[in-house]
Amino acid sequence: METIDLTLIWALVIALGLFMYVLMDGFDLGVGILFPYAPDEETRDTMMNTVAPVWDGNETWLVLGGAGLLGAFPMVYSILLPALYLPVLIMLVALIFRGVAFEFRFKAKDSKWLWDISFTVGSTLAAFSQGVILGAFIQGFEVENGKYVGGMFDWVSAFSIMTGFGLVAGYALIGCAWIIMKTLGDVREWAYSIADRLLYVTILAVVIVSIWTPLMHEAIAQRWFSMPNFVYFAPVPLITAVLALAFYRAIVQRTDYLPFFCAMGLFILSYLGLAISLWPNVIQPDITLWDAASAPESQLFLLLGVLFTLPIILGYTTWTYWVFRGKVTKDSVGYH
Amino acid sequence: MELDPLLLSRIQFAFVVSWHILFPAFTVGLASYIAVLEGLYFKTNNSVYLRLSKFWIKVFAVSFGMGVVSGIVMSFQFGTNWSTFAYASANFMGPVLSYEVVTAFFLEATFLGVLLFGRDKVPQGAHLFAACMVAIGTFISTFWILSANSWMQTPAGVEMVDGIFYVTSWIEAIFNPSFPFRFGHMVIAAFLTTAFFVVGVSAWYLLRNKAVESAKVMMSKTLWLIVVLAPAQVIMGDLHGINTLEHQPEKVAAMEGNWETRGHVPLLLFAIPDSAQETNHFEIGIPSMASVILKHDPAGVVPGLKDWAPEDRPMVGIVFWAFRVMVAIGFLMVAVAIASLVLRWRGRLFEARWFHRLCVGMMPLGFIAVLAGWLTTETGRYPWLVQGMMRVEEGVTPALTGGVALTSLLVYIAVYAVVFAAGAFYIFKIIQSGPDRDDAPSEDIHREYRRRPARPMSAADDALDSPE
Ligand code: HDD
Ligand code: HEM
Ligand code: HEM
Repeated sequence: METIDLTLIWALVIALGLFMYVLMDGFDLGVGILFPYAPDEETRDTMMNTVAPVWDGNETWLVLGGAGLLGAFPMVYSILLPALYLPVLIMLVALIFRGVAFEFRFKAKDSKWLWDISFTVGSTLAAFSQGVILGAFIQGFEVENGKYVGGMFDWVSAFSIMTGFGLVAGYALIGCAWIIMKTLGDVREWAYSIADRLLYVTILAVVIVSIWTPLMHEAIAQRWFSMPNFVYFAPVPLITAVLALAFYRAIVQRTDYLPFFCAMGLFILSYLGLAISLWPNVIQPDITLWDAASAPESQLFLLLGVLFTLPIILGYTTWTYWVFRGKVTKDSVGYH
Repeated sequence: MELDPLLLSRIQFAFVVSWHILFPAFTVGLASYIAVLEGLYFKTNNSVYLRLSKFWIKVFAVSFGMGVVSGIVMSFQFGTNWSTFAYASANFMGPVLSYEVVTAFFLEATFLGVLLFGRDKVPQGAHLFAACMVAIGTFISTFWILSANSWMQTPAGVEMVDGIFYVTSWIEAIFNPSFPFRFGHMVIAAFLTTAFFVVGVSAWYLLRNKAVESAKVMMSKTLWLIVVLAPAQVIMGDLHGINTLEHQPEKVAAMEGNWETRGHVPLLLFAIPDSAQETNHFEIGIPSMASVILKHDPAGVVPGLKDWAPEDRPMVGIVFWAFRVMVAIGFLMVAVAIASLVLRWRGRLFEARWFHRLCVGMMPLGFIAVLAGWLTTETGRYPWLVQGMMRVEEGVTPALTGGVALTSLLVYIAVYAVVFAAGAFYIFKIIQSGPDRDDAPSEDIHREYRRRPARPMSAADDALDSPE
């Protein structure tokens, strides 16, 4: 295994898995976050129908990422999960309630309100805890000999609470863009009317994180603000700004697809910015990918299976989205 | 009292995994049953099979959804509560557990959708093929997860360097000594659990004079399966126990409630083991029988618990009684199988109401036997996490505090109570409306149905809360 760096391949596979998760579950969680603000029950039905066929496929990326992490980077897995015990618990419980609500809301009559609540609270809490997890991850953890030695509440900080709200806003933004893309009439009009506010909040959060992160870690400040890196990395914030403007224009001009793709672009760039900051560490401040890797035989053994299944999962995902393409209306017949 | 994170983590793991196993135990069997029904329909074109298959697919869909939900929690728990164990064993457990998830997704992604929603969209042969693939998929899932568990019971193919397991032989590690027995025993257990559930449902319909034609088909065919599998499980269990005697003798000593290493060990039918005084109270047993079963010789020497230091012994009481519950249910199942043969021979299978009531009563017993079996296996391994190599207290997350562990345990209990109660209630509703409902589909349900998303649980279209 001198020639191929399996650890690097695994880092890419897991980064892809996580990103697919954030992007795709992001918009369907966003739909749940916006649920209580919808003007009426009919709008809510339509909103839910836009994500119903795809949401659980979206969630599979989370499980895949988790399992892959255990197989390829056990040290990361066994540091993150204890350190994030409570936020992970909240996230799981929130996702359970939300998942069950999807199934039962459509079948319930008298108890529909109950599933409405569990859908929207579940979505919001899941998004918030993921944001908190992200914040704690950027902050770093207290580790000795590859084991987490901090407390059970170290993840609580002004920064992580801020990233929690930030991610809720971000998911709501991409969820809103999704609704714009997938609906017509009153529902879409309502989505347009809230999109600009969501944009402001999201951009604000991104800006705060971008300033706060280098302030927290000297090394990250070095990475961004030393020459010539500064020049190389300058396009990241610049393109982000351009995308934000494009999003705004797209809403004003009432285009259908552009807002969603701009929002996607914003997520991609934020992810890229984060990767630039953290590379090559997987646990801040000083554990690198290679420190945390499992034995090469184990990485290889698992990679064989993943390389076989990943294309199929990607293909199936594409196919599902293709089948369910187009607009959803309140009585979309055949939409199943 | 100081809250012990280790004890709480163990209780939490046992609670969550016990809920989880109830669903796979059912879906593994049901997937194969559905494949068989589809096959029969394909061959005979008899609409009874179609109706039955449609009906059981709905039940399957709901259980499958519940299995997925509880399974996801499991895979995170390794990291949250057993992080040292997860880290140490990741070179083996990581790939094996990932393979389980990956195969499950792979099948969910391709064939489950076709099975649940594709009946009118693909040719009949393709639908049958999908049903078979889903059934095979549940076996593959079982294969990987039981390999992981068996490896913890009888580790092989690894070496430990600086507290971390490295795989020296994948073949030896995956096909470790207890794996073939555990796999065989568990698959039969899943089949029996499902079979008794199916028979119970059909008996219930017969008692209420409902869906009679379908019920007779279900009952007759499934009882034949039980006639074969119930005795097979007893034999398989015996082989499993003899294998355990070789690799985990202290577990067998606890199952038998045997304290002294000696010959002529009696088979205890009743006893109250007392760990403090290292003896049993109120023993009732068959002389020399345990020696005969385990060593095929009345004088055969069976190890006793006193060979191990008290801190290295499993918890005798739980292992002893859980094992008895399972074995008793095993023999009860054989008795039902024999009764069904006698009734069939007299041509009274569909008339004997006492038998139908008995079958309804048997419905939960497969599940109870599965839980009792796992309780035996897992508590019998205590105090080892990986037999002979890593103790339970070495595997727990070091940073975890008792208060936090208690919080998560209570949260899971509360959440599972709500979610699984809703799921179980819904399965009950589906069964209540029965397989013949398709004959008179109400207009309303059909229109509603079309708007529903195509996802596992949505394959069932019964209303959740409105009265019939
Ligand atoms: C891959 C690993 C694995 C698998 C497939 C299972 N278990 Fe297990 N089990 C564990 C790994 C484990 C563990 C993490 O190693 C525990 C925690 C503490 C211990 O002794 O083992 C455990 C404990 C544990 C306990 C508590 C024992 C005690 O008192 O310490 C019970 C009752 C069960 N399990 C039951 C089950 C059931 C019903 C399973 C069927 C799905 C099952 N286990 C599968
Ligand atoms: C520690 C133990 C276990 C863990 C961590 C675990 C993990 C999981 C996970 C994550 C899933 C969901 C996969 C998906 O989303 O489709 C799942 C489902 C499943 N599990 Fe487990 N599992 C465990 C024990 C078992 C055991 C002992 C069996 C079999 C005897 C089993 C059989 C299955 C099957 C067949 C499924 C497919 C879904 C279903 O049929 O309900 N699992 N498991
Ligand atoms: C007389 C009949 C039976 C005998 C002698 C028997 C024997 C055993 C033994 C010795 C074990 C523990 C093996 C170990 O931990 O190393 C076991 C486990 C188990 N049994 Fe049974 N069993 C019987 C009937 C049943 C029945 C009827 C069911 C379910 C329907 C069942 C389900 C299980 C399960 C799920 C386990 C745990 C998994 C495993 O270790 O295989 N058993 N059985």
